[in-house]
Amino acid sequence: MGVQITCKNAALGYENRIVAENLNFSVSAGDYLCILGENGSGKSTLVKALLGLKPQVSGEIVCAHQGIGYLPQQTVVQKDFPASVREIVRSGCLGKTGLRPFYTKDEKALAAQMMEQLGITKLEKCCYRDLSGGQQQRVLLARALCAAKNMLLLDEPVTGLDPRAQTELYEQIAALNKNGITVIMVSHDIAAAVKYASHILQIGKKKQLFFGTAAEYQSSKIGQTFLATGGAEDE
Amino acid sequence: MNNLAKLADYFATYPFVRYAFVVGLLIALCASLLGVTLVLKRFSFIGDGLSHVAFGAMAVAAVTGLTNKMIIVLPVTVLSAILLLRTGQNTKIKGDAAVAMISVGALAVGYMLMNVFPSSSNITGDVCSTLFGSTSILTLRKSDVALCVVMAVIVLLMFLLFYHKIFAVTFDESFAQASGINANGYNLLIAVITSMIIVLAMNLVGSLLISALIIFPALSAMRLFRSFRSVIICSAVISVICAGAGIILSILFSTPVGSTIVVSDMAVFFLFSLIARCKGGRHA
Repeated sequence: MGVQITCKNAALGYENRIVAENLNFSVSAGDYLCILGENGSGKSTLVKALLGLKPQVSGEIVCAHQGIGYLPQQTVVQKDFPASVREIVRSGCLGKTGLRPFYTKDEKALAAQMMEQLGITKLEKCCYRDLSGGQQQRVLLARALCAAKNMLLLDEPVTGLDPRAQTELYEQIAALNKNGITVIMVSHDIAAAVKYASHILQIGKKKQLFFGTAAEYQSSKIGQTFLATGGAEDE
Repeated sequence: MNNLAKLADYFATYPFVRYAFVVGLLIALCASLLGVTLVLKRFSFIGDGLSHVAFGAMAVAAVTGLTNKMIIVLPVTVLSAILLLRTGQNTKIKGDAAVAMISVGALAVGYMLMNVFPSSSNITGDVCSTLFGSTSILTLRKSDVALCVVMAVIVLLMFLLFYHKIFAVTFDESFAQASGINANGYNLLIAVITSMIIVLAMNLVGSLLISALIIFPALSAMRLFRSFRSVIICSAVISVICAGAGIILSILFSTPVGSTIVVSDMAVFFLFSLIARCKGGRHA
């Protein structure tokens, strides 16, 4: 159970505008970390830092950027994109291809295996824009799994899904986590975070409010306040 | 067939007709390949804006009396492409406005220059042929054809080699970046090649109609096809067929080349939309 990410006194943002500072947390293999925080608290900047797209301003973040399976928020462009499920899932292997212009048999097999695991094999030839929101998220999750060595980074994955699809996706992610994949999820959904996550990181305006296990969070003062209000945005 | 004989005669007798045909098909092919990416990335307007920039640069080249206009037109257009892309990354609205601003500005400056420093007695004719490419495709020299062939080979190679990366960057830039693909690099590559295609295509359809070559085949293909690969292939086929048909029709009925090609692209678009509607698929 090695430590996969350590973040020490990290400050994130731009040269003259710090979005979040004094971030201290660590993620070990097999953890399920939920990152909570209001809009503008620097969650997406933290995601970018973990992916290695934007270096921290100061402090230290130790993390193997490659090998993180990333599930970004959906964009407008994707809503009516003509692409088959297979094409999208396979594109998760692109990090491994380098300059090679085609996929190898192994990569295709990996994509097929991930589709099987998420139960979307029969949608393989369907067009992405014809799928339901829940199915679309599964496709993107399969793609992320193709790119992932042992860690998934999910950016508000349940946004825009109906309650049933949300629960299904949460269960799916929990199952993956049980199989040994480390999960980091950015979320607004405090109730689900406490239910599924092993660890919670809460960031507020410019500073870290809480880091610890989900159980500690529930018994902490800040956790109780937020749970009571359902994590209302104006808190 | 009287018409066929007439056509065969043209092709056999006049080398410039053959040149026009080859160049037309190649440009149409390249434009349609890039078109799919541009339309999907919501960059359709960049083609339009760049073509107006090319018009302005063309006017400057004409005024300065350069024999080889490409020396000015190509670098200016490529540079604007890079600039437009830069602004487009920060905020969506700003990029949108920047395209409109640059495109109208270049158009105005170009027309003004052509009027203030007339390089020939027939200004209206000059402007008209730059905007609508009326006859310049029939005055192509061998070097133009060679340039077109080289460009087409570059675009095709790029598509073959980077097909999957282009797909990833088009579909989901954040994910592409996260998996170590240089998304900005590919965006830049796409912008540079788009501007080169636009400059070349000015000969074919003129700067006002270039966008049609870029967007119509892609949009038609998207009516009917549901995977990225089939959309790209279909778009290329539509574009080449329409360009060929357009050039042949324009020779037979002495219509302007550019607009004939665009009209045939439009016809295919409406046909495909109709088929899609009849099939009852989920389409806007």
